[in-house]
Amino acid sequence: MSPTSNEPVSGRRPYMRSMEGWWRRNPFFVRYMIREATALIVAAYALVLLTGTLCLSQGEAAWNGWLAAMRSPLAVALHLLMLVAMIYHTYSWFEIMPKTMPAVFVGGKRVSAATITMVGLAAAAVTSLALFAVVRMLRP
Amino acid sequence: MAEAGKTIEIEVLRYRPEQDATPFVQSYRVPFTEDMSVLQGLQYIKDHLDGTLSFRWSCRMAICGSCGMMIDGKPKLSCKTFLREYHPAKLRVEALAHFPIERDLVAGVDDFIVKLESIKPYLIPKEPRRLEQGEYLQTPHQLEQYEQFSSCINCMLCYAACPQYGLDSKFTGPGVLALLHRYNADSRDGGREQRMELVNAEEGVWSCTAVGYCSEVCPKGVDPANAVNQNKVNSAKDYFLRWLRPRGTGK
Repeated sequence: MSPTSNEPVSGRRPYMRSMEGWWRRNPFFVRYMIREATALIVAAYALVLLTGTLCLSQGEAAWNGWLAAMRSPLAVALHLLMLVAMIYHTYSWFEIMPKTMPAVFVGGKRVSAATITMVGLAAAAVTSLALFAVVRMLRP
Repeated sequence: MAEAGKTIEIEVLRYRPEQDATPFVQSYRVPFTEDMSVLQGLQYIKDHLDGTLSFRWSCRMAICGSCGMMIDGKPKLSCKTFLREYHPAKLRVEALAHFPIERDLVAGVDDFIVKLESIKPYLIPKEPRRLEQGEYLQTPHQLEQYEQFSSCINCMLCYAACPQYGLDSKFTGPGVLALLHRYNADSRDGGREQRMELVNAEEGVWSCTAVGYCSEVCPKGVDPANAVNQNKVNSAKDYFLRWLRPRGTGK
């Protein structure tokens, strides 16, 4: 008896496609990658603020130096860029927020995903404006 | 009948394992009518132009989940997608992304089936009842907790939409995790403990990075991204609460 007598012969030869450049293939993935990339800018800005705190602890001269650096045209332009990135980051996370939580019911009716996103964005806008107002009030 | 001789070009990514080293694109021109689905276009090719073309289909009405494929790069059910969305331009069809191509438009789905079995996709009764005790009752609110997730037809479009699954197929993936949640969220079910191990694993919910495209492409409105991300919370709770549980009751 030949060793392969009753063995069915498989012609299977599955072909695996490459994932090379996957995120450029679909605008949805491009937006996702921008969302992820803006997280790095959020982290970068935290470092900017941390540097400020560090300068503050090192005395008046260091602090004034940091303040002057923040007023340079380059710093202002970077701030504007970071603000745009931050706004997109905020928007993209509240956009995905309804997917991260269990269904919410108010008065027996399920709250829609769009409402959850809107509430999140409104909360972000209100707290940002409130913080801005506090900073303005505390200005010498 | 074709309307006044109108036609449309369908490009198919073909692969015949016994003779092709790599897939290649073959183009067909089929008669076009307003009410033709992409699946009907493929059936025309198979019946009239090229009998060697392979693809899966069954119900042709978005119930069976067999005919999922990439249509112009997007995962879609070919029975629920119409040629008129592309006409007069051409369209390109390809086997579901992230799965191996078995032949032409037929994807190898062994991995999905193994994963589906692993989550025990059936009710494990919380309290066994005898026939004379009657049915398991459920309020409309309890039904609403899992109902949308029970609409899954195993079409695997969400897997073709998930880059994390494409990059590492060890990830349990959106559809199977949504079905896992469907049973865990059912008030009649008592199998949660058995399924949490799969949720908590690195290949479970934690491989998801909330891309969210799975929910976008789902033809049945299941929202797998929601099921997966809700279970990140459940998994975290499961992890931290085990320190509070009395000794001997955990795993």
